[in-house]
Amino acid sequence: MKKHLLSISDLERDFAITILDTAGEMAKVSEGPNKKLPTLRGKTVVNLFAEDSTRTRISFEAAAKRLSADVINFSAKGSSISKGESLKDTAQTLQALGADAVVIRHPASGAAHRLAQGRWINGSVINAGDGTHEHPSQALLDAFTIRKHLAHGKGDLTGIRVAIVGDILHSRVARSNVLLLTKLGAEVVLVAPPTLLPYQIEAWPVSVSYDFDSILPTVDAVIMLRIQQERMSDLYFPSEREYSTLFGINSDRLSLTKSHSIIMHPGPMNRGLEITAEVADSPQSVVVEQVANGVSVRMAILYLFIAGGQESVDV
Amino acid sequence: MSSKLLIAGASILGGERADVLIVDGQIAEISHSIDRAGTEVLLADGQVLLPGFVDLHTHLREPGRENAETIATGSLAAAKGGYVAVSAMANTLPVADNSAIVEQVATIGKSVGLVDVFPIGAVTKGLSGTELADLGSMAQSKAKVRIFSDDGNCVSDPLLMRRALEYVKQFDGVIAQHAQDPRLTEGSQMNEGAMASTLGLKGWPAVAEESIIARDILLANMVGARLHICHVTTRGGVEIIRWAKGQGMQVTAEVTPHHLLLTDRYAESYDPIYKVNPPLRTESDVEALRIGLADGTIDVIGTDHAPHPVESKECEWQNAAFGMVGLETAFPIVFSTMIKSGLITWQRAAEIMSIAPARIGGYLQHGGSIKVGEPANLTLVDPKGVMTVDRAKLSSKSKNTPFHGMVFDGSVVATIFNGKLTHKVGN
Repeated sequence: MKKHLLSISDLERDFAITILDTAGEMAKVSEGPNKKLPTLRGKTVVNLFAEDSTRTRISFEAAAKRLSADVINFSAKGSSISKGESLKDTAQTLQALGADAVVIRHPASGAAHRLAQGRWINGSVINAGDGTHEHPSQALLDAFTIRKHLAHGKGDLTGIRVAIVGDILHSRVARSNVLLLTKLGAEVVLVAPPTLLPYQIEAWPVSVSYDFDSILPTVDAVIMLRIQQERMSDLYFPSEREYSTLFGINSDRLSLTKSHSIIMHPGPMNRGLEITAEVADSPQSVVVEQVANGVSVRMAILYLFIAGGQESVDV
Repeated sequence: MSSKLLIAGASILGGERADVLIVDGQIAEISHSIDRAGTEVLLADGQVLLPGFVDLHTHLREPGRENAETIATGSLAAAKGGYVAVSAMANTLPVADNSAIVEQVATIGKSVGLVDVFPIGAVTKGLSGTELADLGSMAQSKAKVRIFSDDGNCVSDPLLMRRALEYVKQFDGVIAQHAQDPRLTEGSQMNEGAMASTLGLKGWPAVAEESIIARDILLANMVGARLHICHVTTRGGVEIIRWAKGQGMQVTAEVTPHHLLLTDRYAESYDPIYKVNPPLRTESDVEALRIGLADGTIDVIGTDHAPHPVESKECEWQNAAFGMVGLETAFPIVFSTMIKSGLITWQRAAEIMSIAPARIGGYLQHGGSIKVGEPANLTLVDPKGVMTVDRAKLSSKSKNTPFHGMVFDGSVVATIFNGKLTHKVGN
C-alpha cells in the first residue's frame, strides 16, 4: 500500500482508478442523511498550508472530518512558517504532535517530496499543491468529474478528449492533469500562447494548439486555468484584453463546443478574464460540482493513504 | 636541517618509471635508482607522479562565512584532493574588492601553509556589477592579484565588462567570467529542459550562458585582453569557444568535475544537494564537455568548490543554496570520466589539472615540468586506487557533496607542497 500521495507521476493507473471508484462510494455517503464515517477515528490529519488557499484547505478539512479524523490547521499567516521556520522544523513539530497524515500546500515545487523523503516525519504526506509542480488531488477530482459525465462513472477515460487551456507553464493543475488523464487513456490537447507553455513540451504526451476555436469542436471537456494577473508584467502576454480575446472562453466559443461537453475550472475563477460569467454559470459548466467532487475524492485519498483501505467503508 | 623525500618508482606523467628525490623543496635528482639512506621514502610502484594540482576556482568562504569553510579547512581539503594551489574566489563577506581583503586572505593562506592560496579580486565593488573595484591596487598589493572575477554574479553590463578587460591588461590580468545573463535567469533553479518542465522548477536556459560567452569572447578579442570562462556547462558554449580558438582568439575555459559527470536528471529527487550554479545540464552537454576538454577547447578543470552549511541544503529546493564541494573528489572524477576511458593521456591530465591553470593564473612556482631544479610541487595518484566518497570523512567544513556513496576509480595518494608532504594516504 502506498503511504504518500506526492505526484501523479508515481501513481499507478489501476490505483488511480481505485481512488476514483472509492470516491464514488464516498459520494454516496455525502449524499446520505449521515455524512460521517468512523473510518479515521483517532487519527490526526494536519493541514499544513504554507501558501494561501481556501478551497483546497476546506475541502481536505471537510473530507477528514467526514471520516471522523481530528484535524489541525496550520497556515502560513501568523504561524511559525511566516517567522522563517524551516520545513524540517515544522515537520518535526507535526511529528511530535502525532500527525498520522500531513496534507501539505507549499509554494516550493518538491516540498511534499522533501517532507516525505527527508525522514523528518513518519505519517503519510499528501501533496495538496507544490509550487508549479503538481496538484494530484485536483487532477483526481477533475478525472472523477470527467468520468462521471462522460464515462458513466466507471473505468478509465479511453476515447475522451480534453483541452487544458491557459497558463500551462506555471500550472500544477495542468501538470497533474496531463499525467493522470493520459494515464487513464484520455487524449489531451494544450491550448496556450507559446510563452505559457513549458520548454520542450514535445516531451509531454499531449498535442499543442494556439488556436482555441479550432480545438473547441473536437473536445469533450475543457479545463480552463486561472491566469495570474502578474504574468502580464512578466511579459508573458501583452494585455489582459488580448489574452481574454485569444484564450478566454465566452458565449461565442461555447457555441463551438459539442453539446455534451463540459466546462471545468479549478477555481478561483477570474470572471471576465479566462472565463465569462455566462459560461461559468451555463448548464455546461461543472465548476460547482467539481468542488463537491473534491470532497469525495479527498475522502477517498485520506481513506486509502492513511487507513490503507484496511478498515471497512460502511455505506 | 635539510629534509629529503624520495618518491620511489612512480611513473612520471604516466611514462617512464623513476625515483625522484626532493631536497629542500626542490627536485634534486631523478634517476632509476637513488640511494634511500636518510630519506623518507614513498613507495610508488604503479602510481603516477604529476605536477601538483592547481585550482582556479575555489570558494574558501573566509572572511565572513567561516561556518561553511575557512582558509584552514579549505586548504586541508585541497591538499587531500592533490592540490598545491587554490584560487580563492572574491565573493566573501566583505567582498575581496580591495587590497586589504586580498592581502588578509593571502596572509592567512600562507600561515596555514598547506597550499598556496592565491586570492581572486572582485571585478566590481561589492560584486554590484556597477562600479570597478580597486583592480590596480589589488594587483600591486602583496597578494599580487592577477585573476579578477565576480563569480557568483556575472559581469553583465557589456560596457563595464569591456572596461574591466581593457584595464587589467596593464598588469597582465585576466577576467574570469561567470557567464550568466541575469535577466534570462531570474529565479532560475535548474537547467531549462524537459526535466525542469516536468518538475515545475524554473529553468536556467543554456542560452543565458552561451550569449555571455559569445559576447565576452568578441569583446576580449576586440580589446586584446585575457578572458577566462568559468565553469562552461553547455554544448553550445563549447562550440562557441572552439570556434573562437579556431579563429585564433585568446580565451581560456574551465569545466568542473561535477559537470563532467552529473546531469539534470538528479534533480528529480528534489534533493538540493544537486542544486548548483551553473546547473547540471543534459547527457548531450556532458558529452560535449568531455570532448571539449580532451581536444583542448576547454583548458582546465576548476572545482568551483562551494561549501555550504547543512541548513542551506536541508530544505526545499528553491530555498536551498547553489553549490557543491569538490576539492577532494576532483581527481577521481577526472580519472573516471577522462583518463580511464582513454579520452585523455596523463600528459593532458597534467595540463588540465596543473600546467594550464598555473599558466592562466601566472602562478610561476606551479605547473612546471617534473625535472631537476624545479620546485617540488607534486601530486602522486594511484590509477588502481578506489575512492568511496563518504561525506563524513571530508576535510572540508561543509559536507555538501553530491557524490556521497559513489565509488570512483583513481585516488590521490600523496600531495607534496614545496617539498613537504601535505597529504599522504593513511595519514
